[in-house]
Formats: sequence, structure tokens, C-alpha cells
Amino acid sequence: MSSWLDYTINGLIVGNVYALVAVGLALIFGVSRLINFAQGSIYLVGAYIGWVAVVQLHTPLPLTIIVVAVAAALVGLIIERFGLRPLQNSVRIAPLLATIGISFVLDQLVMLTFSPNPRALPSQLPDVRFQVGGGTIGPLDLLIAGVGITSALLLFVFLRYSKLGWAIRATAQDRDAAMQMGVDVNRVNQAVFGIAAALGGVSGMLVGMYYNQIDTAMSLQATLKGVVAEVVGGAGNVPGAVVGSLLLGLVESYGVAVFGTSYRNLFAFLLLVVVLVLRPNGLFASARQAPPEPLTGTFIAPSRPVRIPRWALLVAAGVFAILPFFPVSFYVLQTLINAWLLGMLALSLTLVAGTIGQVSLGHAALLAIGAYTSALLSLNFSVPVGLAIIGGGLMSAALGTALISPSFRLRGHYVSIATLAIGEIVSLVILNWESVTRGPIGISGIPPLSLFGYDLISATSIYWFSFSAMVVLALLQGRLLGSHLGRSFRAIRDDDIAARAYGLSLNRYKSLAFIFGGFAAGVSGGIAAHLYSYINHETFNTQQSILALTVVILGGLGNVVGAILGSVALVGLPEVFRIAAEYRILIYGIVLLLLVRFRPQGLLGTI
Amino acid sequence: MAHHHTPMLSLRGLTRRFGGLTAVDAIDLDLAKGKLISIIGPNGAGKTTLFNLVTGLDRPDAGNVGFEGQDITGLSPERLAAGGIARTFQLGRVFGNLSVMDNVLIGAHTRLRAVKPAVPVIGPLLELGLALLRPASVKAEEEQLREEAKAILARFGERLLPRIDQPAYSLSYANRRRVEIARALALKPRLLLLDEPTAGMNPTETAEMQGLVAELKAEGLTILLIEHKLEMVMRLSDRVIVMDEGKKIAEGPGEAVRTDPKVIEAYLGHGLSRTAEQESAA
Ligand SMILES: Nc1ncnc2c1ncn2[C@@H]1O[C@H](COP(=O)(O)OP(=O)(O)O)[C@@H](O)[C@H]1O
Ligand SMILES: [Mg+2]
Repeated sequence: MSSWLDYTINGLIVGNVYALVAVGLALIFGVSRLINFAQGSIYLVGAYIGWVAVVQLHTPLPLTIIVVAVAAALVGLIIERFGLRPLQNSVRIAPLLATIGISFVLDQLVMLTFSPNPRALPSQLPDVRFQVGGGTIGPLDLLIAGVGITSALLLFVFLRYSKLGWAIRATAQDRDAAMQMGVDVNRVNQAVFGIAAALGGVSGMLVGMYYNQIDTAMSLQATLKGVVAEVVGGAGNVPGAVVGSLLLGLVESYGVAVFGTSYRNLFAFLLLVVVLVLRPNGLFASARQAPPEPLTGTFIAPSRPVRIPRWALLVAAGVFAILPFFPVSFYVLQTLINAWLLGMLALSLTLVAGTIGQVSLGHAALLAIGAYTSALLSLNFSVPVGLAIIGGGLMSAALGTALISPSFRLRGHYVSIATLAIGEIVSLVILNWESVTRGPIGISGIPPLSLFGYDLISATSIYWFSFSAMVVLALLQGRLLGSHLGRSFRAIRDDDIAARAYGLSLNRYKSLAFIFGGFAAGVSGGIAAHLYSYINHETFNTQQSILALTVVILGGLGNVVGAILGSVALVGLPEVFRIAAEYRILIYGIVLLLLVRFRPQGLLGTI
Repeated sequence: MAHHHTPMLSLRGLTRRFGGLTAVDAIDLDLAKGKLISIIGPNGAGKTTLFNLVTGLDRPDAGNVGFEGQDITGLSPERLAAGGIARTFQLGRVFGNLSVMDNVLIGAHTRLRAVKPAVPVIGPLLELGLALLRPASVKAEEEQLREEAKAILARFGERLLPRIDQPAYSLSYANRRRVEIARALALKPRLLLLDEPTAGMNPTETAEMQGLVAELKAEGLTILLIEHKLEMVMRLSDRVIVMDEGKKIAEGPGEAVRTDPKVIEAYLGHGLSRTAEQESAA
């Protein structure tokens, strides 16, 4: 047992780092009721600017900190001015999606500039440790603590005693009242994004120095940790965010001490889900307090869907069905198979995010559950592949719904946080539950697709198999939308309070939507497992969740035909234009941003 | 079972506080079957909050709500809707992306039987299955509800029928208010709560709405009405309750309340209220 003091010090230091991220998130949430999913990207940018300063420009440490803070603040200001301000009068889903798009664009730009390989970020501090009680502490620990405490003091003085600080507090308390009193809300937003970005950037740099390593995967982790800390402290509550961060740091550190390193994140996300479910307003808010979201206003843009005549759909389906009879290349079929797999995921997400309005950011977890179930059923129990895939769909429906059900009472952005966290939890459980999932090694030798005893090996037969599976699911979903459940789901999306007042139970109908959607996603994951023959805990990741979300927005929320069209477009167009793989994510991010800004109802419109 | 003399709705000491503010302060109220009580009072008096407490969208800090002799305090809005309480919302809360028809059909949701078998545990799964398979019984039920919805919409003359397939967000403000009332009627309520049904309507539209509420009352529906337009209140109400700063400051037949000095004081005290101007104009 090394020393509890060591773990405590470590927890507090890491907590300090989280606090720098979480305070920024809390400031932004306070004034604009927005969870800024791009906060981790700014943290990433800060780390890489720090690397450029230290390694290439050889700046001394104080100057490095200033350079990073100023550069990150500039990035924050640009995000506010060009990414979010134009969306001020859009529906509430728009800024959320925009920050997701911005985060993808920024992460990808960093990756393209610096390559995805990890780099060392030396701290320039002497490598000594001082003995403190039973533990040790190094100069870097002191630096992090110092930066944390200094920023907290500066922020306190600024918010308390400056005119702009007063304006920020007034806006956070009551935006409309502040505006009536002549507060310039744009300036407040600018200030808040600038401060949040400066703190986030410095945090990224410090973490890079702490582990002497930076890489592009830091971004999502930082966003997640910051959001956890912020929500634990109470969204929008700045001192709460600091306490939440320290608490998170300690929980993780002690968790690691008891169970080992691979459990670090699991503890963070479990803490988040527990807090979201039991005290959605944070540990320090009274439970009776109304949720900090306006009770009225649509989350999703109203629009008239584009009506596509039935014959046109039949013709399109017919053309795709007989496509393999024509001399098309293997490559085209391969691309379309990917589109059909994504199409099934998009069908699932368009039902959950579009029809019933629960914007899920962890949808790839449903793929993973389906894939693992189907693979293990066929490998361990020799279940025929066709049945195993259906088993995967059922497991995904059941388990996915069970996992998300505690979050059914959450609304708006909180649903997105919860689904993101649950997605991470699923992938961490897969990583750690070695006896069943084979842990980090993954599952190999998964039998190929087969139907009634015949292996489907040729591209043509796989094409037909995946295409028919998708068409069947799409037809079922169309039928669902035409039933009383379709209108019930959409009513809950448009106004859950009015829906409850008319007898619609949110738990019941959100469950049914997740059951149906979980099945489609699970089938897609199951087919993918047998197609790839190897899967591990990273096969189905957040990038896929976001890609599916982009597809859904592109096609039109809730729009079944739109989901398929969007999948073909986003899988096919990059192939047609031969866009290199590393640029694709960048393009998806840009597409998402442009859609949110110029056509939030997508190509075919919200249904 | 409810005794013949128990009121349809009875509130006892109903109280709701928001921080330091007591929005609803120890309100008592008895509403007999088939009667119409109006609640008036300046903006911020606590009328809407009172509706929220009755319909389960908010929970009281003290006091209780009785409905047909049963204590329904703190029950969920879903339960209360199923029990026959329907309401409209002050600011209008139609389902914007749903057609007029679908909005009204949501109103009839608590009356679905064939597609929503009352089976424990697997009930929801059966509902999913039935929605996908749609046996004849389900189709017939849906068809019947659609016919009823059309009949309800026809009560608004040619205002809504020609727009039956349009999404609600595309309707005029007044039409959206009408859709809300149609949706409430589709529930076949035993108790109807209307929160400022004529807000933002011109005199012609107001007169139409007044006519409709009078019809509903004549059909025997029990109604609790929040309304600023005193003219309408005086014509329709069996009793009027005046609220100010959460408290009931007067109760009685319309004319008595209208001339009550405390009521005049409350309105004048809040000088700028639209209602006060109307009253002095009257
Ligand atoms: N959810 C809430 N949180 C805090 N205060 C509220 C809330 N709802 C209403 N109030 C306050 O309660 C008082 C009564 O409001 P309301 O019932 O809407 O009045 P009325 O409908 O009579 O105009 C007002 O001062 C209002 O600001
Ligand atoms: Mg009101």
C-alpha cells in the first residue's frame, strides 16, 4: 500500500485540472444554458500550443502559460462569434449540435497538423519530490495547485468586483432581466467563452506536462470529465464545479487505488449517472428546485417534411436490389454494404433522437452490445448466425433500454450527457469484463454471415443480406410511425409536459422507442461483427455515434427515408470523391456545422 | 364511491412556495358537478400555479386536492388525465409538428383500449406489437377516434376542419388555442380546466369562445376557468374566486365580487393590469 496520502494528493491535483475545465463549462452553462461539448477540444488545442511553445519556441514556463491562455482564449472567442452567435435564435438543439461539430473539426485539425501519434510535453521543472507526511509532492504538483488556486482567486475577484463580472452574474441569474437592464449579452458571452477557453487551454497544457504526453484522444476524455465535474457540482454553479472536480479527482484516485487503473473512467461515469439520476441539479441544489431549463419552447425545429411518392421509393429500392446483377465493382458493393449498416444505426437514432427527441450521443454502444452478443452466441453456444444476429438485436433492445431507463426523466442536454456517459460505461465494461468479453484482446474468429446453413461469403450475398435487413427494419419503422405510437413519440418530443398532461407516460414510451431502436442498432452491430470477424472495445466508438447523428440531421430528424439517404450520402460521397480517410471526420464535422446553421431540418425535413 | 353531495373538485389549504414567494397560499375551493367557477386576479396572482397543482404538474407544499371524493394530491399528471381531468395551457402548448388531427387524437390517448391492453409488465410490449400488427380491433378503434375528433373539430365551425392535416405550428395563434381546447375535449373530461382561453383573441373570436364554453357548460361539463375578460366571467360563472399574491381575497357570485372593495383595491394596486383598464372602461 503506497500511501493514502499519495492517492489523496494525486486526486486533488487531478481534481484541480478538472476544475479548470469544469469552471469554464459552468460559466458557459450559467449564461447560455449550453453544455459546451467543444471544451475538451480547446483543452487539446491548449496542450498542443503548449507543445509548440515549449519544444519548438523554447519559451520559459511563465511565458508558455500566458501564450497558451491567450491563444486558447482566441479560439474560444472565434467559436463564440462564428459558431454559436449566429444560432442565438435557433431551436435549443442547434447550439448543442454546433459545439459537437466544432469539437470534431478542431480535434481533426489538430490531428491533421500534428499527426495522431502521442508526443512528449516536458514540464521544464526540476524532477525532485519532497516528502510530505507519508507521501511525496513534486514541483509540478505545486504548479498545478498554484495555477488552480490563482485562477480561482482571479475569477472570484473578476466576477465579484468588475462591471463585466457583474454583468455575467446578472445574465446567469436571469438573462431576460439582465437584457432589460441594458446588459450586452453578446459581450457577456464573449467574456465567458474567452475565460472558459483560457482556463481549458491551460488545463490541457498542465495535464500534458503531468503525464509528459499529449495525444488527440485527450479531447473527448476532457469534455467528459469536465461535464461530470460540472454536473456533480450543479450545472452553471461555479463554486460547485470546483468542489465537483475535486470530488471527482478523489473518487477516481481512490477507485484506482482499490481496483486498478483501467477502472478510473468507469468511476467517473458511474458518479455522473448516479448524480444525474438522483440529483439532476447537482449535489448542492435543493431537490425541489425546478430544472434549470425553460419549460416551454421546442427543442427541435418545426418543418414540413418533403413528401416522396411511393412509386419513387419503390423504384429506388428496386434499383438498389438488382444492382449486383449489373457489372458494378466489388468496391461499390462494399461501400453500399457500409451504407446499409450505417443506415440501420441511423434508423435507430432517428427514432430515438428525432421521433421522440432524446438526442443520444452514445448510440454506438448499442452496436457494441449487438455485436458482442451475436459474436458470443455464435462462438460459445454455436447459435446459427442468423439467429445470433436477432439475439444481438434483442439484447441491445433489452440492455440498452435498461441502461438508459434511469435517465428517462432527464431533458434536453442532460439526455445527451447521460447517453454519452452510458456509451462510455458500456465500452469500459467490455474492456474490463474479461471473463466474458475477452477484455482488451477482443473477439476474433467470429463465424461469417450465414443463412439457413449457407455461408454468405461473396460481396453480392452480403450486400443482399444487409440491404434486406435494412429495408425490413425501415418498413417496420414506417409502420410504427403511422401508428398511435408514432404520434405519441412525436408529442413527447414536441412538449413532454403537455404530453404528460394528456396521459402519456414518458417512461413507457421512451422505453418502447429505445426497445425498437435498440433492436435495429443491435442487428446492425451483429451483422458487422460477423462481417469483420474481429471486434474489440474500440470497434464501435463515439465517432460512429456522431457520424450517425450527422446522418440523422442530414436526412431530417425522425425521417426514415432521410436516414437511409443520409447514410448513402455520407458513406458514398467521400468514396466518390476519393477523400482520404483522415479528412472524412473533418468533413462530417463541417457538414454537421453547415446543416445546423443553414438547414437544421435536414434534406427531407423533420417528421 | 363519490357521495352525491361531495364536490367534483375540492381544494383544502393548497399552498405552493417558490423560495421566499408563496405563489399559492392556503387556497380552499369547492366545485360541484356541472358548475363553472372562474378564477380571476392580476398577473402573478398564482392562478396558473394553482392549475399546475390540480393537474399534477407541480406538487403542493401543503394542503390537498380532492377529486370526486378521492385524495389526488401529488398524483402524476398521467394518472390524473386517465382519471378524467383535462386542461389547456395559458401560453398554448400544442404539439407543433403534429397535425391538427394528431393533436386531437393525443387528447384521446387515455381512451385507447384495444391497442393498449391493461396487462401488467408486458403491457407495453403488447402495445408495441399491436401498433405494428394492427388487427381489426385496433383499426376500428383508431377509426372511431378519428370520427370523434372530426366531430369535435366541427364545433369550431370552419376554423379548424379545413386545416385538419396541417401541422399545428403553421396555425394562427387563435387557432392553436382552439386546437388545445379540442384536444382537451377529446379526453372526454369530467373536469376541464381552461387557462385564459381567450388571451390574445379579438372580440369576435372571444365571443365565439364564450359561446363554446357556454355550450360545454350547458352539456353538463364541470369547468374551472381562468379568465381576464370580466364580461365573459360574469356571463359564464356560477361563482367567481379572486386571487391576489397567492391568497383568495374574495369569493361569491359575479356581481358581488365585482363590487367588492378588496377586489377593486387589488386591481388598482397593480395599476397597469389590462384587466383594471377593462373594468374601468366597463
Ligand atoms: N416554477 C416557478 N419557479 C419560481 N417561481 C414561479 C414558478 N412558477 C410561477 N412562479 C411565480 O409564482 C407567481 C405566480 O405565478 P402564476 O401562477 O403564473 O400567476 P398567474 O397565472 O396568476 O399570472 C409569480 O410570481 C411567478 O413568478
Ligand atoms: Mg397564468
